[in-house]
Amino acid sequence: MNEVIVIYAVTLLLAWPLGKYIAGVFDGAKGTAGAVFLPVENGLYRLFRVDPFQPMNWQGYGNALLKLHLALVLIVFGLLMAQGFLFLNPDGIDGISWDLALHTAVSFLTNTNQQHYSGQAQLSYLAHTFGIVTLQVVTPAAGMAALVAIVRTLLGRSDKKKQPAVDGVVSVGNFYEDITRAIVRVMLPVAAVVALIIASQGVPNSYEGARTAIPLDQTAGMEEQNIPIGPVAPMVAIKQIGTNGGGWYGPNSSVPLENPTPLSNFVQTVSIVLIPAALVFALGFMTGRRRLAMVVMGVMVVMSVSLTSVAIWSENQPNVAFSGLAADGENLEGKEVRFGATATALWGSWTTQTSNGSVNGMHDSFNPIGGMVPMIDMFINVTFGGIGVGLIGYLLFLLLAAFLGSLMIGRAPEIAGKSLETREMKLVCIALLIQPLLILGFSAITVAFPALTGNSNPGFHGISQAIYEYTSAFANNGSGFEGLGDDSVWWNVTCAVNLALGRFIPILAPLAIAASLAAKRSAPEGRGSLSIDTPTFGLMTLAVIVMFTLLSFMPVLILGPIAEALALMS
Amino acid sequence: MTESNSVTVTRSASWLSAARAAIVFILLCGGLYPLLVTTAGKVMFPHQAFGSMIIVDDTVVGSELVGQPFKAPKYFHGRPSAAGYDPFSVGGSNYAPSNPDLRARVAEHSAGIAQREGVNPDSIPVDLLAASGSGIDPHISPESAIVQAERVARARSIPVSRVNKFIERYTEGPTLGILGQRRVNVLRINLALDGKESLN
Repeated sequence: MNEVIVIYAVTLLLAWPLGKYIAGVFDGAKGTAGAVFLPVENGLYRLFRVDPFQPMNWQGYGNALLKLHLALVLIVFGLLMAQGFLFLNPDGIDGISWDLALHTAVSFLTNTNQQHYSGQAQLSYLAHTFGIVTLQVVTPAAGMAALVAIVRTLLGRSDKKKQPAVDGVVSVGNFYEDITRAIVRVMLPVAAVVALIIASQGVPNSYEGARTAIPLDQTAGMEEQNIPIGPVAPMVAIKQIGTNGGGWYGPNSSVPLENPTPLSNFVQTVSIVLIPAALVFALGFMTGRRRLAMVVMGVMVVMSVSLTSVAIWSENQPNVAFSGLAADGENLEGKEVRFGATATALWGSWTTQTSNGSVNGMHDSFNPIGGMVPMIDMFINVTFGGIGVGLIGYLLFLLLAAFLGSLMIGRAPEIAGKSLETREMKLVCIALLIQPLLILGFSAITVAFPALTGNSNPGFHGISQAIYEYTSAFANNGSGFEGLGDDSVWWNVTCAVNLALGRFIPILAPLAIAASLAAKRSAPEGRGSLSIDTPTFGLMTLAVIVMFTLLSFMPVLILGPIAEALALMS
Repeated sequence: MTESNSVTVTRSASWLSAARAAIVFILLCGGLYPLLVTTAGKVMFPHQAFGSMIIVDDTVVGSELVGQPFKAPKYFHGRPSAAGYDPFSVGGSNYAPSNPDLRARVAEHSAGIAQREGVNPDSIPVDLLAASGSGIDPHISPESAIVQAERVARARSIPVSRVNKFIERYTEGPTLGILGQRRVNVLRINLALDGKESLN
């Protein structure tokens, strides 16, 4: 229990100064630490042949974002298909099938890192570093860039010089400048620090191929033990801090080579929430609305603590399959002795709140209620959420709450002095409703055709496996009930659709909303206007989030984990 | 580079810049970043960099971080593994608690261990019956070691008290008193019993 409190406290205490730093990075022509990083960035702009001072409207910004992503996904898809013929492949690994390569490339492109393969056996060092690690650095930076663009457009920013409309068109900033600063000043330095800390704990760092050991007990039937290593530490660091989640080894951070000690587990757990929480504080520093940031943080912490507590309670209960066959104890199926049930449940909850998706134990073997928590976390997906996109998603709920709240107090709907009208609310509804539509629609089709599902567990849990997979894909999370036989053409292709829509619609729609609002004439915020930075409004937003999630997903929760829990009780 | 008021807003970005940025980011984030960290890691932590291998008399006997299968009565045994302790096919069982196959597996193991160690099934610690997430968990709980102590002592014809002393020495506590669980590294304690690792 103390471990959980310490991890929460350390994470939030570190997030505060980091949030201040991040806000500074995007502030002004130079930004914090510009003297160090600006020369590097200017070199990069020259290589890209872009002018970082060229303002973009929301379409231009979105266009630049999509084009960069398309270029990246094509290159990485090619790398994955061709890795067998290329260099940096000391273990002689072959290329992968087209559908698996497609799913993998899209999965990493969307900051999801859902893996239908096992890295240590199916990807070369080249594919792992140049392909996967690149996307693990670039995609959270893209999310951060989109957030910064939306926040500066929607709520104003201290650096006013790029804010005014040019030719009557609203500028949201320059995409290349935002993403480059996010990569050079935030993602890479933080990742390097985390990488060296976990390297000290035993995470491998080598390009020289697998090691071979002669096991001690030769009567046990294993003559040689081949141990895959590689440049693991840099990848594990960026997968943790970048809300990526895709690990070097198939079972992720449960593998002792990826997460060797309780100390590495501590650092990796903190890393899951660190930047998403820092961005909430950054919101306050960027806009000068500190109280709003504190209210948002309060709502997120309330959601986080309550769901995490349920998961921890559940995993500390015995697994019913062991009753009478073992001493009473926590549920350790699929968990590691060095971490225990509590630290694994904490990780399982945090990783799904943030759209990280790494695991340090198998969610498929969690007790039913413990396994339900990650699903709810992913339905909500704005408890901290993925880097950038989590807070963007929260802003959507905030707009919805402002709309409803204004109507409740009998005012024309508005936010920050700008009126909320049909166009904005249509976009909010599209961005929010596509989630239940896609998750429930695809789950229904898949469950209806048993040949498609590839369940490894019977009964209610089999339904949960399918729902979990699509939820994870749409939420850009990447964790799974991993017993599912998901490397099939059906799963690879349908998940790829969910991944892409779940990433780009929730980024582009809010960008359009922000630009649409910014173009409106602003009424001064007065005593009569709805204030969004009060605890009352925080509670209102929380209520909207809870209602929306329950209405959308309560039925499937009953069909899956709740039915399983009830069946096991009888 | 100063801002002028005559600039127009970009509505569409260039394909060429996107392609160039993609390639530069691949070289920077996928090439330079892992290379620098890996090189630094190798210099600063050479033992860890190559998988924390344990070398006895010029033979690599395993890794501190990778469990091994044990069968002989003179050794402590690790946890059940869904991967057969093969690090290339790491994984958990992914059995849900409601899966009858899990109950069947646990029942079989429980009966086997109860007979081997001469104890009641309801005194076998859970971790000795539960498959780990990685399939290569190098640890067991101290309680799981104690359950096996008598059998190990008998097979080695040494007093149980001596085996218990090994368990005590090889029990690692929570880091800083808070982080993680008490545990025993199975390979290391077995090496120590064989006199291949000094007690330090």
